[in-house]
Amino acid sequence: MANEYSTSDFRKGLRVLIDGEPYLVTESTFMKPGKGSAVYRLKLKNLVSGNVLDRTYRSGDKVEAADVEDQSVQYLYNDTAEWHFMHPESFEQYAISKDNLGDTWKYLKEETRVDVVFWNGQPITVSPPNHVELEITYCEPGAKGNTATNVKKPATVETNAEVMVPIFMNVGDVIKIDTRTGDYVERVSRA
Amino acid sequence: MNLRSILEERARILKRTRAFFDQRDYLEVETPSLCRGVLVEHTIDPYKLQDLNNGENFYLHTSPEAGMKRLLVRGSGPIYQISRVFRQGEVGEVHQPEFTLLEWYRPGWGPQELMKEVSELLEDILGVQPADKISYRDLFKNQLEIDPFTASIDNLEALVKKHSVPLPPSMPTENRDAWLELLISFVLQPDLGNDRPLFLFDYPASQAAFAQIRCEGELDFGERFEVYFQGIELCNGYHELLDPNEYRLRFEQANELRLKEGREELKLDEQFLEEMEARLPACSGVALGLDRLILLALKKQSLKEVLPLTIDDV
Repeated sequence: MANEYSTSDFRKGLRVLIDGEPYLVTESTFMKPGKGSAVYRLKLKNLVSGNVLDRTYRSGDKVEAADVEDQSVQYLYNDTAEWHFMHPESFEQYAISKDNLGDTWKYLKEETRVDVVFWNGQPITVSPPNHVELEITYCEPGAKGNTATNVKKPATVETNAEVMVPIFMNVGDVIKIDTRTGDYVERVSRA
Repeated sequence: MNLRSILEERARILKRTRAFFDQRDYLEVETPSLCRGVLVEHTIDPYKLQDLNNGENFYLHTSPEAGMKRLLVRGSGPIYQISRVFRQGEVGEVHQPEFTLLEWYRPGWGPQELMKEVSELLEDILGVQPADKISYRDLFKNQLEIDPFTASIDNLEALVKKHSVPLPPSMPTENRDAWLELLISFVLQPDLGNDRPLFLFDYPASQAAFAQIRCEGELDFGERFEVYFQGIELCNGYHELLDPNEYRLRFEQANELRLKEGREELKLDEQFLEEMEARLPACSGVALGLDRLILLALKKQSLKEVLPLTIDDV
């Protein structure tokens, strides 16, 4: 389906095809000198490589829509090379390589629901929930009585990712992590 | 800022603007928003409406210019108007398809006197220093070391590329003004009027719109001006064209350009042209985007922050 967007459709969040690759519009600016012609400026991010582009268009220009689809799927397991997901209703399974996952693997434990962008039927990006709760599987023992949250130490969580946590944390504590920044937010439960 | 304080600021600025003009012997007027024809501009698209009963077509005005010039012909003297105007497809941080325009005309004045008055209004509303002034030609010469009146298209193109301005796919490469507009929008405009408002004046004749054209040797200047503050364009003023035949010619040229670019041809405002036969008194006039003025007064970034309701809310 070769859908096209005209300049009046331009807005942040649109997914378009440029030079055969899918891009997300991250910024759309309308510029018009008083008595001159309108120019639309798009900042775009490649949905596969993450590269950014700066493009301009005049009224009448068209941009091809990217054939992308969002689905909410469930994380199943990984074999260290690929991460496997399943659609909860169709039970269809997908594999995504670690390279394509970026940092997302750090936040995936079994049954986590993630948003996946499919392009031409292939999964290209995986977005975890904004916050996940993960159990600490290894860290130096907690410093008793030290409740300062600004003093941090590294901890390994159940996905094998490393997170900086306050010094009073212990193995078995469950912590909340902001996946957008990778930062520790709070302790959810104690060991 | 909460809604109430934005509404209060807006009301205060409107009141202060009216006081400014009342003190200077301008009369506030109102003219129709509905029109059967327009003063055709190449890049401005009016909304079209239809009478539900007899099918008659109307446009919504894109500025009150036609009505106000007809009042001037009939001897109104100095007048100003604050009106809602409508321009299709203009949506952005500082664009709304429906917005408030402040427009005024002073018979007997040239553009220099009117620029001084615009500056005084800005000093009054924004509390800024008196505006600086630079001609369109000097701005390009000083900032880009190019003469916008004589540079070849190849030179303009090279300059656009040097500044890494991405080219639109349908760039009309033979159109000098399109290259100049890219340079203004992407390279020059962001820094125009940083500390105090800055007037740009004497445009290339091809960008004169409805301003008089002055010939100086080899060069033709459109006696038009704009003012910028903190990178935002605030107004457009003319040393007004008087000859109805010249108006008709420019409307037809604009329609030709429109057709060339796939835009709809617009019906000329024949009543306006007819009334102009009795001759507009020599005058200058200017239109200023009041919502943008309020945006700058409140130090905001987007019109959405100063308009409680926008096109997205209707």
